[in-house]
Amino acid sequence: MTVAPKRGDYDVVVIGAGPAGLAAAATSAEAGLSTLLLDENAGPGGQVFRAISSTPVTNRSQLGADYWVGADLVQSLRASSAEVVHRATVWSLDRNLDIAVSIGGASAFVKAKRVILATGALERPFPIPGWTLPGVMTAGAAQTMLKSSALVPDGRTVIAGQGPLLWLLAAQILRLGGRIDRILDTTARGNYFAALPHAFAFVTSPYFTKGLSMMREVKAKVQVVSGVTELSASGDGQLASVSYVAGSKRETIPADLLLLHQGVVPNVNLAMAAGIEHRWDDLQLCWSPVLDANGNSSVAGIAIAGDGAGIGGANAAVVRGRIAARGAVDALAPAAAAKLPAMATLRTDLARAERGRVFLDTLFRPAPQFRIPQGDTIVCRCEEVTAMDVLDSVAIGATGPNQLKAYRRTGMGPCQGRLCGLTVTELMAQARGKTPQEIGYYRLRAPVKPITLAELAAVPKSESDVKAVVRG
Amino acid sequence: MTTNVDAIVIGGGIHGCSTTLHLCLAGLKPVLIEKDYAGRHASGVNAGGVRQLARHVPEIPLSIRSMGIWEKISDLLDDDCSFESHGQVLVAENEDELAVCRARVAELNALGFTHEELIDSAELRRLVPAVAETCPGGVVSRRDGAANPAQTTTAFRRKAEQLGAIVREGVAASNIHYSDGLWHVDAGSESFAAPVLVNAAGAWAGRIAAALGEPVPVETVAPMLMITSRVPHFIDPVVILRGRKLSFKQFKNGTVLIGGGHLATPYQDRNETVLDWKSLAISARTVFELFPVMRSATIVRAWAGIEAKMKDDIPVFGPSSRHKGLYHQFGFSLHGFQLGPGAGAVMAELVVNGGTQTRIGDLGIDRFHPSTL
Repeated sequence: MTVAPKRGDYDVVVIGAGPAGLAAAATSAEAGLSTLLLDENAGPGGQVFRAISSTPVTNRSQLGADYWVGADLVQSLRASSAEVVHRATVWSLDRNLDIAVSIGGASAFVKAKRVILATGALERPFPIPGWTLPGVMTAGAAQTMLKSSALVPDGRTVIAGQGPLLWLLAAQILRLGGRIDRILDTTARGNYFAALPHAFAFVTSPYFTKGLSMMREVKAKVQVVSGVTELSASGDGQLASVSYVAGSKRETIPADLLLLHQGVVPNVNLAMAAGIEHRWDDLQLCWSPVLDANGNSSVAGIAIAGDGAGIGGANAAVVRGRIAARGAVDALAPAAAAKLPAMATLRTDLARAERGRVFLDTLFRPAPQFRIPQGDTIVCRCEEVTAMDVLDSVAIGATGPNQLKAYRRTGMGPCQGRLCGLTVTELMAQARGKTPQEIGYYRLRAPVKPITLAELAAVPKSESDVKAVVRG
Repeated sequence: MTTNVDAIVIGGGIHGCSTTLHLCLAGLKPVLIEKDYAGRHASGVNAGGVRQLARHVPEIPLSIRSMGIWEKISDLLDDDCSFESHGQVLVAENEDELAVCRARVAELNALGFTHEELIDSAELRRLVPAVAETCPGGVVSRRDGAANPAQTTTAFRRKAEQLGAIVREGVAASNIHYSDGLWHVDAGSESFAAPVLVNAAGAWAGRIAAALGEPVPVETVAPMLMITSRVPHFIDPVVILRGRKLSFKQFKNGTVLIGGGHLATPYQDRNETVLDWKSLAISARTVFELFPVMRSATIVRAWAGIEAKMKDDIPVFGPSSRHKGLYHQFGFSLHGFQLGPGAGAVMAELVVNGGTQTRIGDLGIDRFHPSTL
């Protein structure tokens, strides 16, 4: 059942019920602030704890102990006074902290004194030749099916890419009896050396032993090819085979399903549409919001927590959610803040949770050939624009992503650049010999997710509208 | 070190770019200074209407002049600007509105203008089959159409540069002053000097005029637009309403642009606008009522471009009333895009010949400040 928010105004509106949002909403509500948590999914958890309250996968070892941490977070939230609305898609947020949200096909407007954005991460685009073929999907999409419906691949399956989530997904698929024929590891050889100076922090972090045992578990059951430097998918209207080069050897293997993954990047669309300043992060190779130590953004009253603030993983997300909520409590009800953990304690927790992150970021920094495509490889799926099309537009004067829209409509389709934005920025930066920061990003606009005309037409009339009608 | 040129144009909207190009065509060497990039604001993000229909009488001659250029835009720019001419239709939703249309067309005919034609419900239905059946008729301007605004503005800029214009983007014009018979303008670390200065700075032009002693009643506005996902082709002409605020246009790719002049809040100094969704909902309701086929379409994006609106809704166009060599070209008040090509051509004539055959006398800044020249 979906219900609209009970009130029009809240002290705190939290957007997104992943680890950061769950923690932020619980903290804010426990301190006595009127708190609304809006989340797009059917239940709490975000992607990392997806379907935490409803998953049919009940054998706890199959999804792993880290997954079930989410159940505790949900429990604290439910014990609090926070109002939670699921299947609620926030499609507009502006610098006045006005929020438009679509719930069950009807839109409502709410206003907040503080907003905590916890919109998490998206998978980085992986624009290889053939990536738009049916049969090629992201690892994240496969994981969604696995967590929500216990669906695992049973055809000839290849997983390609790199990063901790890739190994986690592989382990989860295998534990549920799914099929994986081969794993193609695209981690660049040079990254191992680059990451070495950061290894000490990593081996003393919780990631290390867990990651190592997961990789061992997977490697015992699946052939893993490392050092993959080229990758393409082909087939006639449907994926038929995957080709790759490792060492100096090229190989083509038949496949029904190719799962691609090369890490996640902040989901910046709502934050950017609200006018929040972002900067290019040259280590994580993505846009990250400019934030102070409490997660406050450049727009007064909006804080960002979780992976949307820069990729930090679930444990860091929880702490960042608490820090952002504590910031809101400090601002709105300072007396109540005394009951909460001290900011210094939270910062220590955060430092611990972020330990090892630089090592992971350096090791799993995707190689240029998997981020910046060439020739007739599709860049923008919505408008079917190729890498060559983008370069041709640069040659006749397109200087950045927003100018490119006039030439090629890139980023103007329903995805609003989620699937092409980073690729376009990096491709244009390379072509023009500039940094991604200099090239910039699409100016994003609401609705951040499409709404129907009928739904917009049905929103409550404003006073000025009534006047306009009277005036005739 | 000052670079001497023939003219300095401030503002890289369609007007500044068109004037720069036409100055080049007249054999002059202009510099164009744009604080962001060409087409960053209203000129690049407007509805793209190429419309003679329903214009204020004082700007009709300029609009007609412009239309002739639009129809040969590829010859001028080596770029078709995605210009399409399927006419523009003004829809009367009831008999009262149709009576206003009838009087308007009669008035124009009396003045010698024939581009607007009164149409009955049968012709309206032929032109716009999807419109609600209750509409009794309207007005059509058959040569009108639409173009891609960003593509067009960019094409003017590109062609001007090819013909020798100096284009400086990403630097604001500053330190504007007149000395020793020349206008001086700084652009970043560079300085330019020229006998001619054209103020085509859009929403920023009012400040320039005021700083030069010619304040005008102008405000900064940001009309909102929204666009839908692709829907099957159902309409060719651009449609505007007589009574309610709506403009409506389907592109070749199936997407539908909905506008009409509801305003966002502009934050001019941040280059930012905050949309007013309750007003956009009014536009959505109007479309919902008039075009039932649109009800299940999805809105994928809404935006607003920052521009200048005059209190009397007609532009400031022509020579300064105080300063030799200064020309104004701004305040197009939500309907300047179609005028861009023609206004550039006329401005070049004013600069080069000191006059033009196109009637623009009612648009001058001397309507606010009697000339002291």
